[in-house]
Parts: sequence; C-alpha cells; structure tokens
Amino acid sequence: MAYQIVEGCVNCWACAPLCPSQAIYEAKPHFLIDAVLCTECAGEHPDPQCASICPIEGVILDSLGVPLNPPGSLTGIPPERLAAARAEIQAR
Amino acid sequence: MELKVSDHSGSAAAVAGGCSASGCGSSGDALAHLPEHIRAKVHNHPCYSEEAHHHYARMHVAVAPACNIQCHYCNRKYDCANESRPGVVSEVLTPDQAVKKVIAVAAHIPQMTVLGIAGPGDPLANPERTLETFRQLTEKAPDIKLCVSTNGLALPDCVDALCTHNIDHVTITINCVDPDVGAKIYPWIFWQGRRIKGRKGVAILIEQQQKGLEMLVARGVLVKVNSVLIPGVNDEHLKEVSRVVKSKGAFLHNVMPLIAEPEHGTFFGVMGQRGPTHDELQTLQDACAGDMNMMRHCRQCRADAVGMLGEDRGHEFTLEKIETMDIDYGRAMEERRQVHAAIEANREAQRKKSGETFIAMTALKTRRRETPPALIAVATKGGGVINQHFGHAAEFLIYEANDQDVRFIGHRKVDLYCSGGETCGDAETALAKTIKALSGCAAVLCSKIGYEPWGALEAAGIAPNGEHAMEPIEDAVAAVYRELAASGSLERATPTPLRMSA
Repeated sequence: MAYQIVEGCVNCWACAPLCPSQAIYEAKPHFLIDAVLCTECAGEHPDPQCASICPIEGVILDSLGVPLNPPGSLTGIPPERLAAARAEIQAR
Repeated sequence: MELKVSDHSGSAAAVAGGCSASGCGSSGDALAHLPEHIRAKVHNHPCYSEEAHHHYARMHVAVAPACNIQCHYCNRKYDCANESRPGVVSEVLTPDQAVKKVIAVAAHIPQMTVLGIAGPGDPLANPERTLETFRQLTEKAPDIKLCVSTNGLALPDCVDALCTHNIDHVTITINCVDPDVGAKIYPWIFWQGRRIKGRKGVAILIEQQQKGLEMLVARGVLVKVNSVLIPGVNDEHLKEVSRVVKSKGAFLHNVMPLIAEPEHGTFFGVMGQRGPTHDELQTLQDACAGDMNMMRHCRQCRADAVGMLGEDRGHEFTLEKIETMDIDYGRAMEERRQVHAAIEANREAQRKKSGETFIAMTALKTRRRETPPALIAVATKGGGVINQHFGHAAEFLIYEANDQDVRFIGHRKVDLYCSGGETCGDAETALAKTIKALSGCAAVLCSKIGYEPWGALEAAGIAPNGEHAMEPIEDAVAAVYRELAASGSLERATPTPLRMSA
C-alpha cells in the first residue's frame, strides 16, 4: 500500500515536510515516494498529507493508479473547458 | 495656473522633505502624515515609496516554492523566462544559494536596497527556508532591508520569528474580508492537515490575515496590503477592504490589476475573467484613496526579479554566473554607501528645485479648475528624470496634471518599439501597440523620438515631446501641461478605456 508521484509534479516541496513517514524525497525530474516507507498516512492523519496540499491535479496516484486529485478537482476548471482553451491557443 | 510656494511655507510636503510636487504614492504628501520613523523606513524602499523607485533597486529570491492555498489567478505549473508576473520564476534556490545571489547583486547593483521573499509559493508556507535566508542576510549583508510578502494564512504563527530577524516590512495579500466574495477567488486552503474547500476555507484565511495584520502592527512592523482587482468579483468590495485594513493599521494599500490570459492556465484566465481597464483601476484607487494611502507604482514583479522596478536583470545573476563571482562584501558595502549618498544628494537637489514650483493639491481642493486635467506619459530609465528614447521604453509612467498639481497615477507596459537589428521587421505592429497603450494620454515625454513614431503619435492625438530631456519628471510634466492648456488642445482630449492585463 503506497502512493506514487508521477510526471507533472512541479517540485514545489509542499508535500515533503508533511509526510509522517519521511517517504517523499527530492529526485529528478520530480519528487518521488518511497513505496516501502509510505503508509498512506494510515493511523497518522485522517487525510493523506501529500495529496491534501499538492496543488497539481493527477500527479499523486493511489496503489491502483487512480489520481487522488482528479482533473478539475483543485483548480475548479472543468476539464473540457481547459481542453477547449488549449485547442484555441494552439490554433492561433 | 500654478501657485508658487516656498520651502518655508510649512506645508506638509515641505516638512516631510518629500517630493511635494507629486501626490506620488508614497514619499511626498501621501506619506507626510506618517511618523518620522516610518518615513525613514520607506525612504529608500522602491516598492513602498514612489519617489524612491526612480533611484533604488530591489530583488526577490525564489526560495519558497510551496504554497498553502490556491488562488484563481495563479497557476502553480508556470515557469517561464519571458514572463514577468508574480509566481513566475526560472529556478528555485536554496537559502545558501539565495544568500550568495543577494551578495552578488548587491555588489554589482549598488542601488539595490531591498531584498524581498515573495514566492513563487508562499514564503511562510516554507518557514525554514525563508527564515534561514533572512538569518544569514541579517548577518552577512546588514545594509540590506529585508521584507516578505505573504497570503497571511501562516502569518500569526510566524510573527515572532519574523521579528527576531529584523524584518520591518511585511506585505499581506488581502483580496477580501467577506468569505462569500473570497469563495470566488480561493478554491481551497490547506489548514491543520486538511484541504478545506470553498467558503469555509476562505473564512479561516480571512481570520488569519486579519489576526496577522493586527499582530504585526502591535509589534511596530510596517504592513502594506496588496489586493488584486478582479472586475465583477471584488471591485466594489475592495473599498471595504481598504477601510478595514487601514483601521487596523496597515500603512499602504496597493491595488493591482488582475493578470489573466488563457495561456497562463489559471482559473480566471481559462474561464475568461477579464482584467480591469486602466480607467477602472484608477477609479478604484481614487475611491480608496480617501481612506488610505494608495500605492500606484507597483510593477507586479516575478518572484525572482532583480533590478530597478520595471526591469529584470535576473539573467545576469544565474546560479552558474554567480558561482564565478568573487565578492569582497566589505568593499562592496563601502561602494554602496557612496552610491547611496550620491543618490540622496541628487534627490535633495531635485526636491529643492520642484519643492518651489507647486503646492500640494490637497491644500487647494476648493479652487475651481480652469482647464481639464490631462494624462501625460513619460519615458524614463530612472533617476527621476526624462532620459529614455521613445523607442527604447518598455513601459511609460503616467502622470495626471491639472492647473495646480502633478501626480503619478500608474505605469503602462509596452512591447519595445525598437530593439534594433533583426526585430525591426515588427516595428509597425509594435508601434501600433505602444500607441494603443498610451491611449487617453495628451502627450508623451521622452529624451528623443524618431520621425515615424512622431507622426503616428500626432495622428493618434498624442503630442510627442522630446524637449525636456534630462529634466526632473514632474517639472517637465507641469511645463508641458501648461503649454497644452495654453494651446487649447486639452479641451478635446477624451480618454478611452483599455485593458490592463494584455
């Protein structure tokens, strides 16, 4: 049972000091979670700390590979709206 | 027509020794009522004193990447070398690297008086990194002022630590004092181990901001409040914010325009929230000014900006470059002292000159205006004088003149019209953009101007003027205003609204 950080992490450092298991470490190209140390905060906090402060959607996954913060959940931007804006910028 | 007053008139400005000619954001009349110890603190701070920003430089070090809240005008993914706005940086530094950079900049840019930590996240959400940087600088560079900018959520917990590091300037970004307004600006905060969304989170943020403001004021720390003006969201509400923060002891309020474009990837940018027009910003600043000292010269710098306000020399001080610099800070400090003394002598001379020309507008409120006020744009590289070629200006300072007074009201950024060489192919479009940015101005003053832009400006109803090169800005603006008024050309000036954030 462990979370993982994937591509898209912006290396903002917010999660690392919060981890009760010191499972998060600096790496290139982005921070990583030591799967052996990670407890998903069980018994420590009601909410997993890394996923509660992470500002980027979709970059922390649970053990099944499901994002803890899915698209639109943090910014409030509906995913289809973001896709439309990106398409419009590309077409310029 | 202007009224002559002499230095012994006993006017507030003369007593303050500030720039009496201008209601310029900070140093002259606007801050004249403040106690002497506060005026002394902001006297050479480019971000707090409008007059000082012509002479002194600032820098930010990006040691604080983490944030504890989300704002709808911020995208934490952004990192672009070509953009200049808050939250954007090229490289995050460790405290040791930051200290090295500050010392390198202070030695190479002796006008640099102020080091701020402003992000790219929230400095107080990274307390160890921020405080370690301040601790080292207090020891190694005692002639540099330290300041910090925060969203306020963690502020009450950090006040004592900030005070031990001799930080006497703190900026808190306060966009609302009502959680219902805030719910449209902040989607979530991180608080006591949980992400708290919506109104509930905003209520905590507001409470912490106000508590932090009160604690700092109680300890004698100068507090400036920044607010982002978001049309239709908090525009009317900011008048209330201004009243509240002033009543609690904030000494300066800086209302900044929202920067929002779809390509920034922010909530406001993607959802099509517009920024305010120049007119809307100025109207709101004027409405708040009755209650509060307003700051109008903010350039909304990057979290790693280096140099005079409006310029960024960060590329001269990358980690790679500062690694090769060998600096004797003792010697640098002596040079800095000499440069500052020269700047002060120059400021004093300008003050004496302009102090005799105009009386503060506040003293003359009852007088009827004989000609309408006019906006006049100025190209300057610093030093408080008109000394920049029209085509080299990346921004213009905007002054409002009437028959009694000249006051600074803001700046407008433009694309460089002429950078020479290969980029000259775009000159026409860039010139058109510059003229658009200057809309509403009756004249533009610069040291020199080319034949082509001269004609284009005249055609747009903006009088180009290169006759006041090297003259103090306010004197020149006043002189040009008088010429325009005498020629009758001000009667037909009609300012048109223009978007700020483009």
